Amino acid sequence: MRYLPLTPRDRSAMLAKIGAPDIDALFRDVPRQAVVPLSAFALPDTQGELGVERALAKLAARNVAAGAGPFFCGAGAYKHHVPASVDHLIQRSEFLTSYTPYQPEIAQGTLQYLFEFQTQVALLTGMEVANASLYDGSTAASEAVLMAQRVTRRPRVVLSGGLHPHYAATVETLAGLGGEVVRAPAEPGKSEELAALIDEGTACVVVQSPDVFGLVRDLKPIGEAAHARGALLIAVVTEAVSFGLLEPPGAQGADIVAAEGQSIGNGLNFGGPYVGLFATREKFVRQMPGRLAGETVDAAGKRGFVLTLSTREQHIRREKATSNICTNSGLCCLAFTIHLSLLGDEGFSRLARINHANASSLADRLSGVPGVSLVTPAFFNEFTLKLPKPAAPVVEQLAAKGILAGVPASRLFPGDARMRDLLIVAATETNTDEDFFAFASALTEVLS
Amino acid sequence: MTMNQTGRPTAPASSALFDAPTISGDRGLDHDEALIFELGREGVSGVDFADVRVSDARLGGQRRRAPVGLPGLSEPEIVRHYVRLSRMNYAIDSGLYPLGSCTMKHNPRLNEKVARLPGFGDLHPLAPQSAVQGALQLISELSRWLTVLTGMPAVAMSPKAGAHGELCGLLAIRAAVAARGEKRTRVLVPSSAHGTNPATAALAGFTVDEVPAKSDGHVDADALEAKLGPDVAAIMLTNPNTCGLFERRVKEIADRTHAAGAFFYCDGANFNAIAGRVRPGDLGVDAMHINLHKTFSTPHGGGGPGAGPVTLSAALAPYAPLPLLVHDKKGFRLIEDRDALPACAAPFGRLSAFHGQMGMFVRALAYMLSHGRDGVRQASEDAVLSANYILASLKDIMSAPFEGPCMHEALFDDSFLEGTGVTTLDFAKAMIDEGYHPMTMYFPLVVHGAMLIEPTESESKENLDRFISVLRALALAARAGERERFLQAPRLAPRRRLDETLAARKPVLRWKPKPLAHAAE
Repeated sequence: MRYLPLTPRDRSAMLAKIGAPDIDALFRDVPRQAVVPLSAFALPDTQGELGVERALAKLAARNVAAGAGPFFCGAGAYKHHVPASVDHLIQRSEFLTSYTPYQPEIAQGTLQYLFEFQTQVALLTGMEVANASLYDGSTAASEAVLMAQRVTRRPRVVLSGGLHPHYAATVETLAGLGGEVVRAPAEPGKSEELAALIDEGTACVVVQSPDVFGLVRDLKPIGEAAHARGALLIAVVTEAVSFGLLEPPGAQGADIVAAEGQSIGNGLNFGGPYVGLFATREKFVRQMPGRLAGETVDAAGKRGFVLTLSTREQHIRREKATSNICTNSGLCCLAFTIHLSLLGDEGFSRLARINHANASSLADRLSGVPGVSLVTPAFFNEFTLKLPKPAAPVVEQLAAKGILAGVPASRLFPGDARMRDLLIVAATETNTDEDFFAFASALTEVLS
Repeated sequence: MTMNQTGRPTAPASSALFDAPTISGDRGLDHDEALIFELGREGVSGVDFADVRVSDARLGGQRRRAPVGLPGLSEPEIVRHYVRLSRMNYAIDSGLYPLGSCTMKHNPRLNEKVARLPGFGDLHPLAPQSAVQGALQLISELSRWLTVLTGMPAVAMSPKAGAHGELCGLLAIRAAVAARGEKRTRVLVPSSAHGTNPATAALAGFTVDEVPAKSDGHVDADALEAKLGPDVAAIMLTNPNTCGLFERRVKEIADRTHAAGAFFYCDGANFNAIAGRVRPGDLGVDAMHINLHKTFSTPHGGGGPGAGPVTLSAALAPYAPLPLLVHDKKGFRLIEDRDALPACAAPFGRLSAFHGQMGMFVRALAYMLSHGRDGVRQASEDAVLSANYILASLKDIMSAPFEGPCMHEALFDDSFLEGTGVTTLDFAKAMIDEGYHPMTMYFPLVVHGAMLIEPTESESKENLDRFISVLRALALAARAGERERFLQAPRLAPRRRLDETLAARKPVLRWKPKPLAHAAE
């Protein structure tokens, strides 16, 4: 087996040194009935690189990649162009094959990029501090809610109806254990009235902007309503490129921002791994979940970085920790950090503007198709259309024509009749005028 | 002294010059690197995009007012910056990485290559299901490997890391207990457990009751039995345990747990010792997470991403979280909501958006197909053999608190350092100067000054012998009174010891521009 360096001769010599007659002797603590022969595993035997690559390429070929044709799916995961240097750099052995930086003297590379990542996330969100990432946007949102429950010592959680339903379900699963989660009904294209749902027992209000339908929200009024009752405002963002054009949540009164960072540096990967961004105010830093990199000096007075404030964490605090989290999204943070560093202020702003311009142009074109109307008056790079018939079969028909037209709202809100005809459509810098034309004409054809 | 072709000496006449500071502050290949924010300037970008103007008409009055404040750099500057940072890291590709409990094994590059095939890497999670059949088949195939290797009937694929898997298992247990109409609030956790175990039990709404370890490193099965009762929902046991031992009485513990109406959660972090040889299902395990980033070699990436699928017993299978993957005549299908559940399913909820760490699934399946069942078993045996070889080669000079044989990690305590003035930390830092990443220090907590060494199956005997001889020499040096070597270590790393107290006392968690000097008023 090409990955195993020991030879039969080595193994014999090692057993001799140990003083064991055979390998079985080393497993003597295993109950006899639990040792099974190889034949008990109905699985294939070892295979060369060529065979494995062939088998997996065959499975990959059964999928329709985003780059295979005109592509417009979003709803929490977005296709963007990732510069070639990003993927090259994250595959550097020293980044790819290192562990969590427990020995900071020989992990400054990881610690410094985490420090840069934290700074970038704080800048994008307009917040004071950010952690070294969580698993993804949805788990970041649920950690934000748990943190709000800890900070306010209140059980009740109010979720906007525009919050991505997978995020809402993730929050409900965790925050519902020791609290009460109230989910406002979704009102596509509108900012629902949430203030009335906030009472003296409310820990936080969770609002996504742009919301799952693409609508850009004004967070200020709901933030003021929350603060007036001692609750926190948690802002959720699933499209991180929007930070380049839209007012950051920190400037709108958010106390915690939980966002999905996949759009920057990371591929679609069928839903993971992604990178959860988590930022808050400095006064809450000791209530934050997750790893934090911090600046310090070494014994020779040189600047260096370490993991810090670990007294919040599970390996020190055990059952009293702020979270059970151990692993973060290290390599995905690195991809995010490198991509954002390549963009810089100017590149990031231009990228965001191109996204909005493309979405605007697509929205104009599609709402010109007979029977189709635009539901979201304000959006970044994603909007919702109302079709004259159920959206899900339309998406299937368009897929048969090689166009992945977006996400039918019914997939995210099953059983809600109001969602039946709605289609959530995203456009990014990767789309061309030809894509828009192809989509509009195919849609016209399918609807006629 | 030898001469090169121009007649200059090629060997140093004096070593004094070596320690002198250089003009640049860098030392040969050892470069220091500023923060990206200190390097950038305005008006530069590493990406070329057109300067498209957009109106405010459709931005809902929410156009960003101030620039983000990111530095501008060109592509060559960015590439050099991150290459230089990378060179300050130790990695499994550059040397033995004996971090106990972490399974730092070789990460095959084939796995990176196949994960980047457009059909996997460029696939949208909400693309029509007709367009993702190959991806769903891959998840199904990986699930089959995991259920066969563990001898358990079901697996939940969405947990994103080991701790997330623990949460998945405990929430399934919570749901199963509730479905029986019972109220069980306590979870038993051995004192030797990973910190994530008690943290997860608390997160899942249970109270944690600690079970002591015995002096032989095994969990105290009698103390555990005494704590079982009608309010106990589960025990969380790591097996092989964190002392590197296989819990001898595991089957008995499982039987007693089940007899008391509780469930057996197994922390599968150490599955690499037994994969292909022992099936946890045969031991009575009800739920076990599998760290794909440990046992199945998906790269650790400096701390993530991981993946932690959880195998489940028949009793817990109905409570697996959404989404569910089913296969019928029409092909593979994801069930994403409670609307369309099969009769037997009662998911406890959802753990994250979408369907799990697909990128890690592809890599793990590539690992499994490459190894095959025989290779998986051989890898486990080699990992256990290598750890025992280290234990046998060092136990006369370093102190091993427990009788062998061990499983895939060898545990030492600090009693061999007694009276030397050298601590476990100092010893570990001295290993850095010798070119090694230290072992896990001060864990498990049940051993004083613990040093947990996990060599994995990826090292040749020659590498193991060299490592052993270095540790032997270090142990001798400590005993010979060479204290300074340890207290000053590391001397040869990119940084000397870092002041962690300062970092925690005055947290600086981000870069900030230096305040401009105030103009005289």
